[in-house]
Amino acid sequence: MKVQLLRICHGRSGDKGDTANIGLIAREEKFYPLIERVVTADRVKEYFGAMVLGPVERFELPNLWALNFLLHNALGGGGTKSLKNDAQGKTLAAALLRMEIDVPEGMMDGHV
Amino acid sequence: MKPLIRIASGQGFWGDLLTAPMAQVSNGPIDYLVMDYLAEVTMSILQKQKNRDPRMGYARDLVLLMRDLLPACIEKNIRIITNGGGVNPIACSDAICEMAGSLGVRALKVGVVLGDDILDRIDDLQKDGHALKNMETGEPLDNIRGRIQSANAYFGAGPIVEALRQGAQIVITGRTTDTGLTLAPMMYEFGWKHDDWDKLAAGTVAGHILECGGQASGGNFMADWRSVPDLAHLGFPIAEAYPNGDIVLTKHESLGGMVTLQTVKEQLLYEIGNPREYITPDCVADFTTIRLAQEGRDRVRMTGVKGRPATEFYKVSMSYLDGYTAFGTLTYSWPEALQKAQKADEILRIRLKDLGVKFDEVRTEYLGVNSSHGHLAPMNSDYNEVVMRVGVRGRDREAVERFGMELAPLILTGPPSVTGFAGGRPRPSEVISYWPALITKNAVRHEVITRTL
Repeated sequence: MKVQLLRICHGRSGDKGDTANIGLIAREEKFYPLIERVVTADRVKEYFGAMVLGPVERFELPNLWALNFLLHNALGGGGTKSLKNDAQGKTLAAALLRMEIDVPEGMMDGHV
Repeated sequence: MKPLIRIASGQGFWGDLLTAPMAQVSNGPIDYLVMDYLAEVTMSILQKQKNRDPRMGYARDLVLLMRDLLPACIEKNIRIITNGGGVNPIACSDAICEMAGSLGVRALKVGVVLGDDILDRIDDLQKDGHALKNMETGEPLDNIRGRIQSANAYFGAGPIVEALRQGAQIVITGRTTDTGLTLAPMMYEFGWKHDDWDKLAAGTVAGHILECGGQASGGNFMADWRSVPDLAHLGFPIAEAYPNGDIVLTKHESLGGMVTLQTVKEQLLYEIGNPREYITPDCVADFTTIRLAQEGRDRVRMTGVKGRPATEFYKVSMSYLDGYTAFGTLTYSWPEALQKAQKADEILRIRLKDLGVKFDEVRTEYLGVNSSHGHLAPMNSDYNEVVMRVGVRGRDREAVERFGMELAPLILTGPPSVTGFAGGRPRPSEVISYWPALITKNAVRHEVITRTL
């Protein structure tokens, strides 16, 4: 079944210069292996499309049930140079949480 | 040795909630109050203020806060550590001492950390073979040499530990890392050695959790913002540190907010880059080794943090002038709000083209439609209202200023039912860009001064 990441994850995003940093955290331990398998750097790069001009890097933190993404050249130059309303990428974690992924049948049992 | 110390976050940035530091002091036991003021953009603003007036260049907020904080902290034996000294820590300590004097405070010992400001030493450093090339792009410093506004090395916890050993009750620094402010009291109280990498990493991670203030205790909380109690009286986070390197993240019971695995995790991942290599002047912390456990209400215990040796470099951040920007907004209401805003943008661009003014970039966003999430945001068929936000950037100040004169005319010479132009013409503001570089640690010497009032 298709499930929006927001249901099984939370996160936070910010900036390092022109690079956006998105932390994606599974709400429960059982969802971590799933997002580690499905939410790859390539998939995130493709998902954001023209919003991210550079490469996307991914780091795994299984101890926190989390993935950390670096989206390079994603903030219109970054800092005070950027003309974007969200020059620091503060809303990009929410943008990633819009993504829909395939979740095996039964995994969402007991979840609203 | 104390069995534990409590380090409370008081400010997470310059402009943070002004009631937070005093709330930390008044609502329960703490030993240290740490206040982080410095972001890269803050340094350049402070440098501009110092250029205009050599007695300025620090966080003025800090001095105003001291009126209440000083008497309370002296009475309760709470030490204050802050990097609010900005680009002028001496002037900051002068102002605080003056304030203390006017309050009748006696025998106050203030420590000041100096030496991070290398603006006047750049030429000498280059002559000595320090290239200071851009560590991300490899560009030579000569590309921006004439436009540099500020240049600071990031110090770690070390100089603050020295000041504490000299008995300072207040420690004021310039560009010290956010994490160093929190790590320093642990090193001082527990006698942690400069090469006890795991403990230094634990204190550094605690510093990372505290450095954004309320963002670790329920502020900006994505997992479940509705569940956070009393955000109006948000209690900032407190790190309860133990000699073995264990840290318990908590907050005062009587204040709002909450400390849970989820609030701590969101802050742990905030702007960390590569989690295996969180590099500070003190150590390299590995965030993939952190173990968290909820051990009680608003109590999260952190254990197991591993660290590696510090690098031989300080990071240097320089700011330089990089052109001008201006921004303006207009609000279009139903009917056909988005279509009218888009038409206004089209008209504006034709007029700017006719004028012959040139920009490096013109960007138009439609707030309420998709300015945050771009093509990922589903479109509505008929918006109730849309805010058109136009920004321009360029080297030519006059062109950027001219743009500001073209927005208001759209109200009477463009599409209808438009409002929201009360702020006047958009004014050009300077773009400050950053030049990150590395310098060997032995090229930059810190100095610690303690003064007794």
